[in-house]
Amino acid sequence: MSITVSFTLNGEPVSAEVDNHTLLVEMIRDQLGRTGTHIGCDTSQCGACVIHVDGRSVKSCTMLAVQAEGADVGTIEGVALNGKLHPMQEAFREYHGLQCGFCTPGMIMSALDLVQQNPDPSEQEIRQWLVGNLCRCTGYQNIVRAVRAGAQAMRS
Amino acid sequence: MTENGIGAAVRRKEDHRFITGQGQYTDDINRPNQLYAHIIRSPLPHARIRGIELKAALDMPGVVAVLTGKDMVDDGIGGLPCGWGVNNKDGSPMTEPGHPPLAADTVRYVGDQVAVVLADKRSIARDAAELVDIDYEELPAAASLSAASAEAAPAVWEEAPDNVCFDWEIGDAAATDEAFASAAHVSSIDIVNSRLIPNAIEPRVAIGEYDSGRDEYTLYTTSQNPHVIRMLMGAFVLSIPEHKLRIIAPDVGGGFGSKICHYAEEAIVTWASKRVNRPVKWTADRSESFMSDAHGRDHISHAELALSKDGDFLGLRVRTKANLGAYLSTFGPAVPTYLYATLLAGTYKTPAIYCEVKGMFTHSVPVDSYRGAGRPEACYLLERLVDRAARETGIDPLEIRRRNFIPRDGFPYQTPVLLEYDSGDYHACLDKCLELADYKGFEKRRAESAERGKLRGVGLSTYIEACGIAPSNVAGALGARAGLYESGTIRVNPTGSVTVLTGSHSHGQGHETTFAQLVTEALGVDFDNVDVVHGDTGKIPFGMGTYGSRSLAVGGMALMAALEKIKTKSRKIAAHLLEASEDDVEFVDGQLRVAGTDRTVSFGDVALAAYVPHNYPLDVLEPGLDETAFYDPKNWTFPAGCHICEVEIDPDTGVVEIDRFTAADDFGRIINPMIVEGQVHGGLTQGIGQALYEQCVYDDSGQLLTGSYMDYCMPKADNLPNFEVTTNTTLCTHNVLGVKGCGEAGTIGSTPAVINAVVDALSELGVNDVPIPATPERVWDAIRTAAHNRAVSA
Repeated sequence: MSITVSFTLNGEPVSAEVDNHTLLVEMIRDQLGRTGTHIGCDTSQCGACVIHVDGRSVKSCTMLAVQAEGADVGTIEGVALNGKLHPMQEAFREYHGLQCGFCTPGMIMSALDLVQQNPDPSEQEIRQWLVGNLCRCTGYQNIVRAVRAGAQAMRS
Repeated sequence: MTENGIGAAVRRKEDHRFITGQGQYTDDINRPNQLYAHIIRSPLPHARIRGIELKAALDMPGVVAVLTGKDMVDDGIGGLPCGWGVNNKDGSPMTEPGHPPLAADTVRYVGDQVAVVLADKRSIARDAAELVDIDYEELPAAASLSAASAEAAPAVWEEAPDNVCFDWEIGDAAATDEAFASAAHVSSIDIVNSRLIPNAIEPRVAIGEYDSGRDEYTLYTTSQNPHVIRMLMGAFVLSIPEHKLRIIAPDVGGGFGSKICHYAEEAIVTWASKRVNRPVKWTADRSESFMSDAHGRDHISHAELALSKDGDFLGLRVRTKANLGAYLSTFGPAVPTYLYATLLAGTYKTPAIYCEVKGMFTHSVPVDSYRGAGRPEACYLLERLVDRAARETGIDPLEIRRRNFIPRDGFPYQTPVLLEYDSGDYHACLDKCLELADYKGFEKRRAESAERGKLRGVGLSTYIEACGIAPSNVAGALGARAGLYESGTIRVNPTGSVTVLTGSHSHGQGHETTFAQLVTEALGVDFDNVDVVHGDTGKIPFGMGTYGSRSLAVGGMALMAALEKIKTKSRKIAAHLLEASEDDVEFVDGQLRVAGTDRTVSFGDVALAAYVPHNYPLDVLEPGLDETAFYDPKNWTFPAGCHICEVEIDPDTGVVEIDRFTAADDFGRIINPMIVEGQVHGGLTQGIGQALYEQCVYDDSGQLLTGSYMDYCMPKADNLPNFEVTTNTTLCTHNVLGVKGCGEAGTIGSTPAVINAVVDALSELGVNDVPIPATPERVWDAIRTAAHNRAVSA
């Protein structure tokens, strides 16, 4: 069954015809063409698909598209404003918090929600927050450094 | 050193697109009018296909075709080739069965490809697959090494009734026997090197597109080596001449060896795209990755070390069974032979080594390279055995290693197992690592842990790695069916910017940055004016790709050779412009200068002159400034190092926590220390993953139990320490930069360091072995069993 779903994506109104079983991540990638949000698993473990819905981080493979009707959705493409990188993005680059880059959008979106809730997270708090985001390249150490630095930059 | 040249921790060029969501991975690509492929995979480990009923699926709206192995046979499609042949002890070749991309009559592992559904939507293809009725006659299966080795075990292949693909040896058996005859002490160990699943976070994807107007094919695929795929798939599987086949591997989200192999799905979508004359896209879901990406490791070994009364190693004897899976993957046979047993000398001057390896077929996913590929298996075995020998002889584990290290002045060193190490300083790495790890403070920390009821242990390993398999003719004599060189092009554009084309492939390693640093250093061109292109056979010269930590040591050296050609030609052009002798012109900070004068011309002006040759020596020099080099190394490179791990174990729960982990590595000259450190972190994590968390498990019936992230434990942010890493450099002696390679080292040395630490922590309880992964259950069990044994013997 086809359903029209409309929401705000990175501040712009969007709308698409989806099936009732279409996942939010599928709608974002396939129908809306925003491919910065990735799919790395099929059991909601890897976190490559983390986006923001109404200000909170969610795994977009774990929501149906229809559940996002009317929501305020944010993806990695909306994090940099007017071509200027967000401090968290800067920090990932500065601290070598990425290698292949596939998990990176989910990591950044997840980290942004952490800092929103806890502006000065400790290393342990960051590590625990990120257990739902798998990275196979970095060993997480530089991701953790990046998140701490990004949080600090966001405070100042 | 220039600001962004060799040795600078330059921030990566590639990062901007990744942190802004603008990377272009294969699944981000969609082709007009494309169909979606769903691969139907065998749910059984071993079965005969009696029949396939397609009608219900074909009747489903949106389904365009369902293709089977029979269709492939009818089209004359070949099997997936194996890229390395290994010989038996008697010189006869290994058993090499065919590997049809779609099984036509028999399936041989859970996940084996049986049919492909092509539909307008992914969900339709998936639903229609449920309607394909396959009549299987289930056959007995043996997925594990022990099951496949058992008497009367089910045979995976008729031509190998005992499931032995090859029975191979290396080293001098008689000399090794002699060494054991004269030994004062023999230590032995049984080692299971667990099976792993590589788990790049980007699942595999393949998009095939056929252009009927030009009779040309394009395959977009998640590959570490697109030219190799073009050669293997074009020549052996689909019979497409190379000039009609283009392979594009764009941004690739991690590989770790699993994206070296030529996979069935690549051939299936390419073939199918012509059958239906529409682009065909296949994206693995993670469950498919678990059951179809090549797995890694999976050895069972028995090893013995002969020692003199003073603790000198006299001889090493190793017997290994290696699981190859149901089919021979692209480089499957090379991994447990030439990439494993040749590393058994490690960092030691053991004079006699003999190793036998039986490569076994089992009803499991094909096994191939996974980060380290053979070298972690060798290091784990050797370093566990050396630690055991230290414990049994009462010699300190540091002392026994130092006593047996190849000495600083012992290079070049010819091992008894083929390799000749060119350089190294194992004492220096060990000493540096001990200092950084505060090894001296360990006993104090152990006492503090004991006060809290915890068991603390320290373990170390010293490792050797061999990168950049070479030279091609030697590798060819050992069974390699490909060259092992690399290509590189330096294309200076008319206005002086530089485009670098490399046959290497980056899937996280940062080549776009490191290779640009080489160019900046050599030509003085601004870092921002250098771009690196890779991953597209339509754009770059034939290259061998990235694996075995070879990109800098082989691919980088091809670029250095091309840069040398550019410099030579630039000097000729500059000499003409400056009316000087070519021999007097030198490169200084992006200028060409007549030595000893202030007469200069900028490199940009030289480039312009090369492309707008109005004032140019056309009678003796071609226009243009665009040079290609192919580089075939004279030898492998040999990174080495020392890893020290400290663990704390809760004896009540068996939980192992890594409290400290220190690495001191020798990678030769380092181009970008930030990138190198990142490579080490990631490698260590994968080695720690094997030590404590990860394991691929098949049950007795041949079903894959660890088929998702809920069952296969990946290392996560909260179960890893902060690593302390440093380097100690000796230069490679046979390439112009002295570089060695750093991609796999972390994975090689870390697993034994962790387990040696775990055994050390438990040794006071009488535990002398813990299997990998050392899960809480296994550690707890080892503690209880030791306590039981103590009680029984008391």
